[in-house]
Amino acid sequence: MPSTTDVSNSPRSAFDDGVRSVVPLLVGVVPFGLILGVAAGNAAMGVGLAWSTSVIIFGGAAQLVTIELSNGGAAAAVIVATALVVNARHLMYSAALAEPFRDFPTGWRYGLPYLMTDQAFAVSITRYATTSDPVYRRWFYFGAGMGLWIPWQVTTATGALAGALIPESWSLDFAIPLVFMVLIIPALDRKPGIAAAIVGGVVAVTARDVPYRLGLIIAALAGIAAGVIAERRYAR
Amino acid sequence: MTTDLLIVVLIGAGTYLTRLSFVAAFARSGVPGWMQAPLRYVAPAVLAAIVAPAVIAPIGAVDVTAANPRFLAGVIALLVAIRTKSVSWTIITGMAALWLLQALF
Repeated sequence: MPSTTDVSNSPRSAFDDGVRSVVPLLVGVVPFGLILGVAAGNAAMGVGLAWSTSVIIFGGAAQLVTIELSNGGAAAAVIVATALVVNARHLMYSAALAEPFRDFPTGWRYGLPYLMTDQAFAVSITRYATTSDPVYRRWFYFGAGMGLWIPWQVTTATGALAGALIPESWSLDFAIPLVFMVLIIPALDRKPGIAAAIVGGVVAVTARDVPYRLGLIIAALAGIAAGVIAERRYAR
Repeated sequence: MTTDLLIVVLIGAGTYLTRLSFVAAFARSGVPGWMQAPLRYVAPAVLAAIVAPAVIAPIGAVDVTAANPRFLAGVIALLVAIRTKSVSWTIITGMAALWLLQALF
């Protein structure tokens, strides 16, 4: 089991730790927010409603799908179903966070999932491996969530108002996989973690053309299965 | 348009419920024992599944040659990530390598 390190109990410092943990991710999040904002600015549904998806949905890929399918005149049921399938990976994050969130008061337990994103999940589940204090844990997650939520609102609004600001040739979107790369490293200490990462990566590349980002779900499930099988084989 | 508003609200509600799902379902009973082992591997599996295509097939087709700057930059960044475990150093070297390779090829 992971060891528990000593951390400060102050909610403020836990919140700050959460914010700090997502700062490097903003290099990738900000250009994506601007791009989505530009799409919202040209959306058939109107800029106001298109931008409000940042608050109501708060998930870049699902927002982009909603705006694009709506532009193309897709049926309402198709738009809703597609966007929800794109967000289906949150089911896995929700399951992985269920145990740590059990120790939180009810209001936190129902409020924090709204802030769930790839990034907030990744930094929190990594930090939870070394900290068990529920007060620290919830404030850390809250900090990470808000550290992404506020820039997302600001950048999508900026993009909607000001158009494209950062040239695509700067390739700033590459920063997100770079950060995730670092977050994988602790799991590679054990063979089952290595198996999960390799199988997840290989299947994701193989299944990259499956529509609605379902390749990601298929790859994640394959990687999880590989981890479990390896764990049984090597008996921890 | 009201239909568009309804669509956005339905997706928002559905997304929230997806995020809440297991957090709420297991709040009392706890996560079932058989799920504990699989959940240990959600993070490495998902993260690798996001990273690998972005590095190996950034524009759709698998390309592990020098013509794909994101592959070379990704390999360099991975070595830095393993060695330093530092997010800052990984971003700095990864982005620098990418820009350099894009300028060269």
